[in-house]
Amino acid sequence: MDDRPQAAPPDGPSSSPAALAEALRTTGYLADTGVATAAFLAIQMGRPLFCEGEPGTGKTALAQALAQVLGAELIRLQCHDGIDASQALYDWDFPRQLLHLRALEAAAEATRERMDVSAVEASLYEPRFLLARPILRALQTAPSVLLVDEVDRADDEFEAFLLEVLTEYAVSIPELGEVRAAEPPLVVLTSNRTREVHDALKRRCLYLWLDHPDIAREIEILHSRVPGVPDRLAAQVAAAVHKLRGTELLKPPGVAESLDWARALMLVGAKQLDVDAAAATLGAVLKYREDADRTLKGLDALLAS
Amino acid sequence: MSTPSELPAELDPVTSLVGFTAVLRGAGLAITSDRVSAFLRAVDALDVTDRKQTYWAGRFTLCADPEDLPRYDLAFDAWFTPHQGGGVVQRQRQPQPPKLASLLPSGREPAGEQAEEEGPQLRAAASGTEVLRHHDLAELTIAEREHLRQMIALLRPEPPRRSSRRRRPARRGEADPGRTLRAAMRTHGEVRELSRRHRSVRPRKLVLLVDVSGSMEPYADALLRFAHVVVRRAPTSTEVFTIGTRLTRITRELRQRDAERALGAASKAIPDWSGGTRLGEVVRAFVDRWGQRGAARRAVVVIFSDGWERGDTQLLGAQMERLSRLAHRLVWVNPHAGKTGYAPVQGGIVAALPFLDDLLAGHSLATLERLLKVVSDA
Repeated sequence: MDDRPQAAPPDGPSSSPAALAEALRTTGYLADTGVATAAFLAIQMGRPLFCEGEPGTGKTALAQALAQVLGAELIRLQCHDGIDASQALYDWDFPRQLLHLRALEAAAEATRERMDVSAVEASLYEPRFLLARPILRALQTAPSVLLVDEVDRADDEFEAFLLEVLTEYAVSIPELGEVRAAEPPLVVLTSNRTREVHDALKRRCLYLWLDHPDIAREIEILHSRVPGVPDRLAAQVAAAVHKLRGTELLKPPGVAESLDWARALMLVGAKQLDVDAAAATLGAVLKYREDADRTLKGLDALLAS
Repeated sequence: MSTPSELPAELDPVTSLVGFTAVLRGAGLAITSDRVSAFLRAVDALDVTDRKQTYWAGRFTLCADPEDLPRYDLAFDAWFTPHQGGGVVQRQRQPQPPKLASLLPSGREPAGEQAEEEGPQLRAAASGTEVLRHHDLAELTIAEREHLRQMIALLRPEPPRRSSRRRRPARRGEADPGRTLRAAMRTHGEVRELSRRHRSVRPRKLVLLVDVSGSMEPYADALLRFAHVVVRRAPTSTEVFTIGTRLTRITRELRQRDAERALGAASKAIPDWSGGTRLGEVVRAFVDRWGQRGAARRAVVVIFSDGWERGDTQLLGAQMERLSRLAHRLVWVNPHAGKTGYAPVQGGIVAALPFLDDLLAGHSLATLERLLKVVSDA
């Protein structure tokens, strides 16, 4: 294969999957072997990381933790229906340009000088009138982590555009010329699978499927993300959430929900998870009335360990 | 790759790794050459002698869908487990898929009768397409069925539309400051005309749920062909699932251009062909796994089923309620609904009826055309 020199120092966080997992752990993100290996490969191969999985399995948190580990700026692009290049890439600040033009005209009139058209035009398309949107910012910032969140919400045209940017790590602005990333950003794309993302885009990426963590890991996550949570409470919350995921709920709780639940329980002063405390704070875990109703009925069974 | 050149070819890791990707391709994963080279680069960045690392390298570069993962695991085990004998991978034995040409009431017709029917068949074909359009799909002769397939293939469904948040330059609509000012630049800052923009129109999502249980068998072939035509027309905005005892997504299979190949692939993918119906559970599986996440949101959802529910109709009712809250329009197509004397009394239909926007007939080509009209106007 190609013999590029490996950029990472021999003992840096990106020298091996295990070292990266350890570095991620210090930021409070507990990565298992799969996640650490995927992130390691994304860094080493310079490929975007495409994360799919249930809501609340830590897709966005992974990007945040990676940015922290790499000492890079996290630049987030939230996708939505109808997002286009002027929201993702760059836009010209037209009102300011027009004001600038008027100011030039006024100045010319005062001094009775003739305006040099090409000079005026050049001054209108200076970088100071350029509004850099997330993708352009990521290309200009090094090092950076570009998080393209919920790419499944954008439409096909945007995917095609994204593919182009992720292949070249460069964009061309007609008035200014090409902007090429000195150091390509680490790109993390997330998708909730509301729609199948085009295969061409996935082919450019490393594909990472994230599952809910097992109980032991969830307890660890609770400890690292909710400082001061009592051992007993963390274990009970993890066990209860795990059981809830096994029952047929409209929206099974993710890790984000179990963290919220633990925080809510601590705020109401619960030292352990009993029926009263659980009933009072259930809104932190279950977001559908049907789910809450059904769970309240079987709360004793849920909490029996 | 640090491969000593004196290694015989069969021990060269590259050969073995590339061979593995060929096996995966055989297992139905979308392996392209750039994926293979990404795989090799990933292995190179990791440790080729470590089985686990090779596993992860392949999983990240060669899979693209959670459905790929179990197949990948199986193929990986088969290929990289130290073998006794050649590197032959046992193909997963699958039950023989039924032939899709099962519009024929299977096995009920003795061969002699078929020969007698030859005469009327030809007359029926000659009697014109208009009659055939209204003919019940379950009661066709062989020649009629062939003719009908062609007619289905000629359908030109108009996908439903919705207005997008993305705006396009237009003659009327709201003012577009960006374009107006850009135009003003050309005239030294003089605004001569307001440029305008308007919301563009995009295809609306369409979800077809086709019941392939035993009671729907006579209609299944025609309905899947119909689904194929619809998918081909709007491949990115249409999803097709079959429902029976399980939920099967066949959108990928139906995206192929050729109808016969697409239907062949689809019938292979459907494990519960001509089985029972557990509408409630399967609709719940759909809403849980796909609908709620977005496939059914603001979509037109069409269910093809006769509504014979073996399971709990209360469950079906609750799931239909959920679905109706997600969907833009919920349409139920019942092949029996167009027949004289039909009343919606089947357990499933009764439970679903309060949440439906339309209950349509679906026993003939004419009724399917009407369905297309309802869908495109939705």
